[in-house]
Amino acid sequence: MIQNNPIGRLIAHFVLILGIVVVAFPIYYTFVASTQTLQEIIRPPLSLLPGGHFWENYSSALFGGVGRIGGVGVDRLLWNTVVMALGIAIGKIIISLLSAYAIVFFRFPGRMFFFWLIFITLMLPVEVRILPTYKVMVDLGLIDTYTGLTLPLMASATATLLFRQFFMTIPGELVEAARVDGAGPWRFFKDILLPLSKTNIAALFVILFIYGWTQYLWPLLMTNRNDMSTIVVGLRKMISFADADTEWHLVMVTCILAILPPILVVVLMQRWFVRGLVETEK
Amino acid sequence: MASVELTNIRKVYGGGVEAVKGINIAIDDGALCVLVGPSGCGKSTLLRMIAGLETITEGVLKIENSVVNDLGPAERDIAMVFQNYALYPHMKVYDNMAYGLRNRGMPKGEIDKRVREAAQTLELGHLLERRPRELSGGQRQRVAMGRAIVRNPKVFLFDEPLSNLDAKLRGQMRVEIKNLQRQLGVTSVYVTHDQLEAMTLADILVVMNGGVVEQIGAPLDIYEKPASTFVASFIGAPPMNLVHVTANSAGLLLKDGTHIGAEGLAIPAEGAQIGFRPEDLEVVAGSQQHIGGLLLDLTVRGVEPVGAESYVYGDIGGDKVVVRVAGRSVVEPGDHLRVIVPKEKLHLFDAKGKRI
Repeated sequence: MIQNNPIGRLIAHFVLILGIVVVAFPIYYTFVASTQTLQEIIRPPLSLLPGGHFWENYSSALFGGVGRIGGVGVDRLLWNTVVMALGIAIGKIIISLLSAYAIVFFRFPGRMFFFWLIFITLMLPVEVRILPTYKVMVDLGLIDTYTGLTLPLMASATATLLFRQFFMTIPGELVEAARVDGAGPWRFFKDILLPLSKTNIAALFVILFIYGWTQYLWPLLMTNRNDMSTIVVGLRKMISFADADTEWHLVMVTCILAILPPILVVVLMQRWFVRGLVETEK
Repeated sequence: MASVELTNIRKVYGGGVEAVKGINIAIDDGALCVLVGPSGCGKSTLLRMIAGLETITEGVLKIENSVVNDLGPAERDIAMVFQNYALYPHMKVYDNMAYGLRNRGMPKGEIDKRVREAAQTLELGHLLERRPRELSGGQRQRVAMGRAIVRNPKVFLFDEPLSNLDAKLRGQMRVEIKNLQRQLGVTSVYVTHDQLEAMTLADILVVMNGGVVEQIGAPLDIYEKPASTFVASFIGAPPMNLVHVTANSAGLLLKDGTHIGAEGLAIPAEGAQIGFRPEDLEVVAGSQQHIGGLLLDLTVRGVEPVGAESYVYGDIGGDKVVVRVAGRSVVEPGDHLRVIVPKEKLHLFDAKGKRI
């Protein structure tokens, strides 16, 4: 693919830039809209350059906006979403690590049965099991709680399988060397397996954080109180059916605020993320 | 330091496969015992049973006169060097060596002292802060040895530790391991499939085949008096030549029906195999008379000059043989040679391959 033919490179770059434009333009457009007044947005065509109301819009969305989304500020929604995304990502990683550890390194009756049980849940995403899960959450009184928001999304076959695949590549000799060195199961997990899984954990964390952040249907069902809502659900609530009632400039600001944290996570963890996907440190 | 005693050790895997079929070995304190055999002969399984990484189906394993069958690997006070070194990739060399000591709750100062001592012995001092992936194969090998040494265990176990090194380094490390083992005087069990390694390292050599011990003894004793055709063809490079013979009233018959003089050899009725080392053959001029040796006709099939000597490949009465000739050989494929084997250099095996 890498060649010195200038025309070839030109075409390659053109395609890449085109791709970037296609992906980035809507986001840029959202940003542009978030710096305009409502009147400017409603009256097309919308300018392609940012307007002059950046501070005004952002401060009113962040600080003056109490009462706008059912009496809850954007900060509260962002906080809820952070808790939910972190809860799902960290919870999933812990559970998957432990279950993969058990399945790969221990011989116990029904090992394969449990493996298949976990595997089968791959076919049951949240949406499929949403009604029974909802019923369970209601019975447990977990509506409008962080537990209710995160717990049902934690048990994950995908992450378990990923860790299982990784653990299976760890040479048996390493496990045996640790046994000879007097490391029990817990020590082996803590001293050897966890450090070796670092990059995988980082990559999974990024993926799962974004997965948690963008959840819509589940938080919509699980929360009745507005102050337990997430930013994605709140965003939807800001848009009323009558077009004129919607404060589009503030919706756009909220959009930008909603995509900032995932971007931050990706950018900050990029180095680890890429290493986790390409490098096998063995 | 301790003696190791294996009594009637058996290993049967879940599927009913019997990998080790009743083995008895006694290793004296400070001795280096080499288990050698082709792949699948059970030598690694046996080593792993001594290490405690495999359960012992039957039999008694004693280290320093106490039964350790039911102890875990960490409690047996053994240290093991693995084929692929099994270094912890995320730890520095220092931590790799210190890990086992830390797990035993040894005080920091003592750990540091031992690691530095071992590093000095193995000339690893300047590498302590590196990670395994920054080291060459030989250096990794040394770290693996260091990890075993610092523990100061009762027994060292080596599982084909040199098989991943190139030939030159392998030779060097072989000498080093031998010296180190002598110097430390730790009882060792060493598994290899390389007969040269086995010959040069062993105090006691155990030749295994199909889960049983074919022969135990000092390396040179085994070389000179192989107990079976298997041992004869496994120990020594090139291996011992084996020629099938049957006796009749007039003398001996080779596989293809060639007649040769019996020279007073007592051949059992069901036939036998005559063995002789490649270096024990002597090429003789055609008409010369010889007494006290077995005269054979050899058809040359190929010649391999390796420098100081040449290997002449050929066949005698339908069996393939090798002759070791000093210097360069002038024979060509297709030539016929008359060779003689002195009687005292002959080995005789019965039809089942056992030494007579």
